[in-house]
Amino acid sequence: MSRDSAAAAPGSTGTRPERPVGRKPAGSRWGRLLEGGLLQGGVQGSPVLRLLLRWVRRPALPAMRLWRRNIQLRVVVSTLVMSLGVVLLLGFVVIGQVRNGLLDAKVKASQSQATGGFAAAKQRADEAEAGTADDGSTVDERSDQNVIQWMSDLVFSLSSGGQGAFEVVTLPASAGGDSGGRGRRASGGVDPTASVPEALRERIDGTTGSFQSYTRIVYQSTAHKDAQPALVIGKQVTDPNGDLYQLYYLFPLTQEAKSLSLVKGTLATAGLFVVVLLGAIAWLVVRQVVTPVRMAAGIAERLSAGRLQERMKVTGEDDIARLGEAFNKMAQNLQLKIQQLEDLSRMQRRFVSDVSHELRTPLTTVRMAADVIHEAREDFDPVTARSAELLADQLDRFESLLADLLEISRFDAGAAALEAEPIDLREVVRRVVSGAEPLADRKGTRIRVVGDQQPVVAEADARRVERVLRNLVVNAVEHGEGRDVVVRLASAGGAVAVAVRDFGVGLKPGEATRVFSRFWRADPARARTTGGTGLGLSIALEDARLHGGWLQAWGEPGGGSQFRLTLPRTADEPLRGSPIPLEPRDSRRNRGLDDAGLPGGGGQKAATVPAQHSSGDRVPPMPSRDPMAPRLGAPEAPRADPTALPGNGARVVPRPASGTRRQEDVPGSQEQPGAAAGEAAESSRQGEASRGR
Amino acid sequence: MMSFMKGRVLVVDDDTALAEMLGIVLRGEGFEPSFVADGDKALAAFREAKPDLVLLDLMLPGRDGIEVCRLIRAESGVPIVMLTAKSDTVDVVVGLESGADDYIVKPFKPKELVARIRARLRRSEEPAPEQLAIGDLVIDVAGHSVKREGQSIALTPLEFDLLVALARKPWQVFTREVLLEQVWGYRHAADTRLVNVHVQRLRSKVEKDPERPEIVVTVRGVGYKAGPS
Repeated sequence: MSRDSAAAAPGSTGTRPERPVGRKPAGSRWGRLLEGGLLQGGVQGSPVLRLLLRWVRRPALPAMRLWRRNIQLRVVVSTLVMSLGVVLLLGFVVIGQVRNGLLDAKVKASQSQATGGFAAAKQRADEAEAGTADDGSTVDERSDQNVIQWMSDLVFSLSSGGQGAFEVVTLPASAGGDSGGRGRRASGGVDPTASVPEALRERIDGTTGSFQSYTRIVYQSTAHKDAQPALVIGKQVTDPNGDLYQLYYLFPLTQEAKSLSLVKGTLATAGLFVVVLLGAIAWLVVRQVVTPVRMAAGIAERLSAGRLQERMKVTGEDDIARLGEAFNKMAQNLQLKIQQLEDLSRMQRRFVSDVSHELRTPLTTVRMAADVIHEAREDFDPVTARSAELLADQLDRFESLLADLLEISRFDAGAAALEAEPIDLREVVRRVVSGAEPLADRKGTRIRVVGDQQPVVAEADARRVERVLRNLVVNAVEHGEGRDVVVRLASAGGAVAVAVRDFGVGLKPGEATRVFSRFWRADPARARTTGGTGLGLSIALEDARLHGGWLQAWGEPGGGSQFRLTLPRTADEPLRGSPIPLEPRDSRRNRGLDDAGLPGGGGQKAATVPAQHSSGDRVPPMPSRDPMAPRLGAPEAPRADPTALPGNGARVVPRPASGTRRQEDVPGSQEQPGAAAGEAAESSRQGEASRGR
Repeated sequence: MMSFMKGRVLVVDDDTALAEMLGIVLRGEGFEPSFVADGDKALAAFREAKPDLVLLDLMLPGRDGIEVCRLIRAESGVPIVMLTAKSDTVDVVVGLESGADDYIVKPFKPKELVARIRARLRRSEEPAPEQLAIGDLVIDVAGHSVKREGQSIALTPLEFDLLVALARKPWQVFTREVLLEQVWGYRHAADTRLVNVHVQRLRSKVEKDPERPEIVVTVRGVGYKAGPS
């Protein structure tokens, strides 16, 4: 069975264990990515990781497949991604510009405010200094006290003008070591040190210019306010004592931040809408294009399934409409051509059938006339008598040829009907064998039947099965060279099989499929000593096909051949295997003879002696009129490769060496000459519908 | 004994050569052939010749063979053997259903034809007095009559033979092959459709309800047998 499994039946494909094709690219792509980048080296090594990877990959597969198969999805997704990018870019630019505009205005206003404040502070310091000088009291004593007060007043008065629009902070200049009363002050509960960035303080130190920076106002815990963004402008100024201190104006940017976030929110909403709308638009637009394409694809599929009248709907004059028109035109032309071909083929088949029928009436007359003449041949002179014999013989042949031709034309026309009912194949084999006995006796062949102990029942058309088997058995006897012919029956699983084995000349490589071709003859050198129409095996093959069965041939040069008919046990059940191996157990290869070191290709000198008719003792057959007959030499030397052939799945084993048995028969001669000689000696009257190989 | 079997045979065939050849063969075998080439004239020729058997070509000018067959069968039970070039299912079955007893496919051998004709004529050789019962039917073999409750039922000779064959051995199941041999005289396996069609025809005449036969019972997968009397 295992040997046999490679030999697929005609029309059926062998089963190959293979992963579904569609999944592979996605999987491998992912795999490559992961193995190459993320999990370098680790994936190959660790089965656990590979398992994990597969586990992760599996749920993604449907999505991947959808992605690959759905162009609409791809277009919509890429449109979404790209428009999202554009919207984001646009948003950043717009927001940046809005922020700059807002801040510029604020900074300008703040700067003028701060400048005013700094001037006021300076003025007040100058006034206080003048006042002190007039007073004339001790500077040191008074100053400490006064400056502390003065500074507090200053901060209060400066900040009070702002009404919350800004806060004022003073810090001691780091250059002046003595801090005294010039400590930290701040309005509005601002934490002075935390709110002024260190970098700004350092820049202000030791210069007279004013500087600005962005910061966050941090409030002291008593104020219970959250920190907020702010602009800080600071300058080093002198107090009434002439000591330096740092005065900062802090402008909260709360309003600006609010405006900005409003703009941001608006932009985000608008952007989201734009993206979604673009996605929807893309979906709609793609749908307009994809729908007709999908329709075309569907209709193309139906067309190829044989529904030739399918057409696309065409509306408008756009490109899609043109596609539809072109498609329809193509479909119409296709339909026309197919119809023409069908008509032609139907006409031809009809013609063959008609010719066969028309020939029958005159043939009947001729046949009857010939029989009347044949009956009366005793009274004729020898030449006329012999002519009458030839006439009757060849009319038989003509008749069987016509019958076969008609049968084939019936198959070609699909008019063959199966009348299946349960039959016991043993009965059929018995009938066939008993029918072939007279021929076998003439040939000196014994027909053995093996495997007929139990019933071999199948639903089949007894007439057809009998025809097939008669053909096989008669062929085996004709080509068996007087050796035994074994008919083997078997039944297993859902199939029954009958194999007919002979030990004659066998088949050359490649012939196992060609034997089923119409009018094919194996060896033109072997003339048509036997009758047969050249259609027998073709009809047998068609009969087997009609049953849903197989008819296969195996052969090896010099090793005989085996023809196997396999039928499903019940009609309409597909065949999966055959109970009998196609290559018999006693084949040369199975006996291991080809490995025996014998010189290979013994059959290459095959048929160096042409087949000749030297039969004199019997009623001689018609001298061959086959133009191929006189040709010398083998048509082709057997090549030394056992090939599993397509189509019928038959296999031919090349003849490895001249068989030992053979050499006993014909010393020193090679295979084919011996065969030819045997054949010539055994040429006989043709009988039943058989054929040359 | 065969030589006594003079029989008039009407050949209905438009092919003059074949008709002539048939005439030669039939005369050689001791039959008396008469000929008609046209389907329209076939019935008149039949009435005039009163043949013992009709050889009928299916493809005729004028009325076709099927129609002629039906017309002859309508007024006579004479054996009809069809000559046909087509052995396809439909053709043959239609011919048999229109009343033909047997058919022979062209081209045929003279011996084959003669054997077929003899088989059809053989039955009228020696009727032994015999009374058979099958179901509620009473068969008088010698008198060639079938009666149900005194009412006689008209059967063709072939249908009669078929019924008698079944009735003679009511215990036996006849396969189609056996019936072909006993009734039609085929020695080798032949077309079992002959049996099927004629059993249908017989049933339509003798059964009370042809859908549920009681006289000729089908034994599934084997053949037919006589119903219980």
